[in-house]
Amino acid sequence: MTEQANGAHPQPRPRGAAPQPITEQVTGAKSLIRSLEEVGAEVVFGIPGGAILPAYDPMFDSKRVRHVLVRHEQGAGHAATGYAQATGKVGVCMATSGPGATNLVTPIADAHLDSVPIVAITGQVASKSIGTDAFQEADIVGITMPITKHNFLVTNADDIPRTIAEAFHIAATGRPGPVLVDIAKDALQAQTTFSWPQQTDLPGYRPVTKPHAKQIREAARLIVQSRRPVLYVGGGVLKAHATEELRILAELTGAPVATTLMALGAFPDTHPQHVGMPGMHGAVSAVTAMQKADLLVALGARFDDRVTGRVDTFAPHAKIVHADVDPAEIGKIRAADVPIVGDAREVLADLIVALQAEYEAGRRGDYGDWWTQINSWRETYPLGYDLPQDGSLSPQQVIQRIGELAPADTIFAAGVGQHQMWASQYITYDKPYTWLNSGGAGTMGYAVPAAMGAKAGRPETTVWAVDGDGCFQMTNQELATCALNDIPVKVAIINNGALGMVRQWQTLFYNERYSNTVLGSGRGTDGKPANGTRVPDFVKLAEAMGCVGIRCEDPADLDAVIEKANSINDRPVVVDFICHEDAMVWPMVAAGTSNDEVMAARGVRPDFGDMDD
Amino acid sequence: MSKHTLSVLVENKPGVLARITALFSRRGFNIDSLAVGTTEHPDISRITIVVNVVDELPLEQVTKQLNKLVNVLKIVELEPASAVQRELVLVKVRADNDTRSQITEIVTLFRAKTVDVSPEAVTVEATGGAEKLEALLKMLEPFGIKELVQSGTIAVGRGARSITDRSLRALDRSA
Repeated sequence: MTEQANGAHPQPRPRGAAPQPITEQVTGAKSLIRSLEEVGAEVVFGIPGGAILPAYDPMFDSKRVRHVLVRHEQGAGHAATGYAQATGKVGVCMATSGPGATNLVTPIADAHLDSVPIVAITGQVASKSIGTDAFQEADIVGITMPITKHNFLVTNADDIPRTIAEAFHIAATGRPGPVLVDIAKDALQAQTTFSWPQQTDLPGYRPVTKPHAKQIREAARLIVQSRRPVLYVGGGVLKAHATEELRILAELTGAPVATTLMALGAFPDTHPQHVGMPGMHGAVSAVTAMQKADLLVALGARFDDRVTGRVDTFAPHAKIVHADVDPAEIGKIRAADVPIVGDAREVLADLIVALQAEYEAGRRGDYGDWWTQINSWRETYPLGYDLPQDGSLSPQQVIQRIGELAPADTIFAAGVGQHQMWASQYITYDKPYTWLNSGGAGTMGYAVPAAMGAKAGRPETTVWAVDGDGCFQMTNQELATCALNDIPVKVAIINNGALGMVRQWQTLFYNERYSNTVLGSGRGTDGKPANGTRVPDFVKLAEAMGCVGIRCEDPADLDAVIEKANSINDRPVVVDFICHEDAMVWPMVAAGTSNDEVMAARGVRPDFGDMDD
Repeated sequence: MSKHTLSVLVENKPGVLARITALFSRRGFNIDSLAVGTTEHPDISRITIVVNVVDELPLEQVTKQLNKLVNVLKIVELEPASAVQRELVLVKVRADNDTRSQITEIVTLFRAKTVDVSPEAVTVEATGGAEKLEALLKMLEPFGIKELVQSGTIAVGRGARSITDRSLRALDRSA
């Protein structure tokens, strides 16, 4: 990881030792590029167009900022997100006014729901034309107000450096999130003095990162008093770079750890105290441990509906310690017995000290019986799947083997749907920042551009996108970007010929009426019967975009195909895995039901026996 | 249902009001009344929002969300017992030679003002709390109200303390 990635709160600061401000006579456009250089932006994903065009002229000359020309602005946005998730730095995307800017709306909303620090820079029509319905005018500041952490409209060239510094500061600090900077064309063209600000001027923005000592002591007291605690770990622990502190706290207390979909990798999957992922498709052990717990210690987690199921029956016996850097998350869904506002890293560090004091005073929780229960759930209801009877590929097995054969430190980016859930379940995440997905927004099409962004940020690391045939058809054009810009990602298409997760719901809740979920025709391009989506032919599509395309239909070829894909590192590789369409994601808590109703498999509700509560 | 009065100090910048009102509607709140103006400090505006809520929890949620807006400096809930609250109404009442004197008598009783007179109508200006203005309007209604304009509520806490002090210091420090 880089220096900036390890710092909890990167501050905009001038490079070099000279303390005096740098001043240069430049255009607004040049001032923008100079600002991006000063703030440390390495890569910008974008597409030029009329209003942003002035910025692309000095961009052409920049030695420090690499621009990657994408094929659709949505790809630029998700690439910025993938870059940020993989590196811990702020991702940057750029687009022109009007449709260029509105194409960024989906990735901005996605980054907002997953608290990813990105800065989107958009061109705007000249300030005198704003409000006249000018060509390619859209009120992108108004449009993105509810889906950004903050946004700016810049109409004066002098404001550009300060605004960029503030945008990066807001995006990266506190609860991270997307920030949009909309710059009028005349501001980019005007002459100005470039001067990098020494500090930001944001009187209304002071995130609280240091937790309150009394609350920390109270949390420590509850942990040692509890008999059935669970550490409920969310994405905030990754955002705060607090995974080492989490491991220390977990091992100090001996408490079970559940990591949410956004937190996979924050605590090693292989650690004996890891009980799995909670939620709709979580492990029975994690879902049930939280239901039966007498204490939940929520760390950078927000009690999302996909985790809680029906809220009024969620963890009914548990007291709640809720630590989050965003005060608005505390008590939003579930009242907290001990609310702690603070950065997860500082919270964990203080909590470790407070717990050590409890232990030294002879107070310690005994979780022996609790572990006996949890272990029995783990042993009785492990994750698992049946191989298809007809000899076709099992999607779970494909994903599991990709994980097992991947080089060390491989980053996995998933789309949204069944393949995403299987990738969360059957790949082992032992290291932070190796799992990227669209958790809050559930944005189909996330995988390919996010993988591109991750690979651009960490070129030495293998990046696998695990995608579905539905998702892949939304954003695959970025493979051309990857091929042309030396970004050799690997893509596994889990091709079952259907919008699989929707199909699963139709199987379970709509009497197997498969309305508009069939993507494959049932016939190949040669007219013969075939499984999976064959139009388009993904192998030919991959080849047409300068990638290696491989198809795998036989389980006997599975390992060899994955090994071959792993061996190709000079070009992007796409593997079209033709999988069985009836495979389903289990366990499952049906939408709107209680987590007590978790089904381990179809028709199989775990028997939890008699509880002592 | 209970009414709450929030005083929100914000940076005096374009688009700030839109950010605040949009947040209320996005989070499912109806704004009862809204008043905006600059304060003794030209860089700070004060927005007084009266909002009806079903229970206290979601109001806390909306104030927390408001606090997250970068342009919001401070939020104070003003309790009715410890704050002075005022609204302004301008009401155009149908009046003729028979009723005009009755109307002016009501105006005097409520310590309101007649600000415009014509052969068919008088326009009355009144300030006060919501209850007083409601009572005045009830008295004027039988004469026929032709037009009614009401301002949003503005409010200030009683006593010597000021809610702007600390925000001003923060602003000065960063300037």
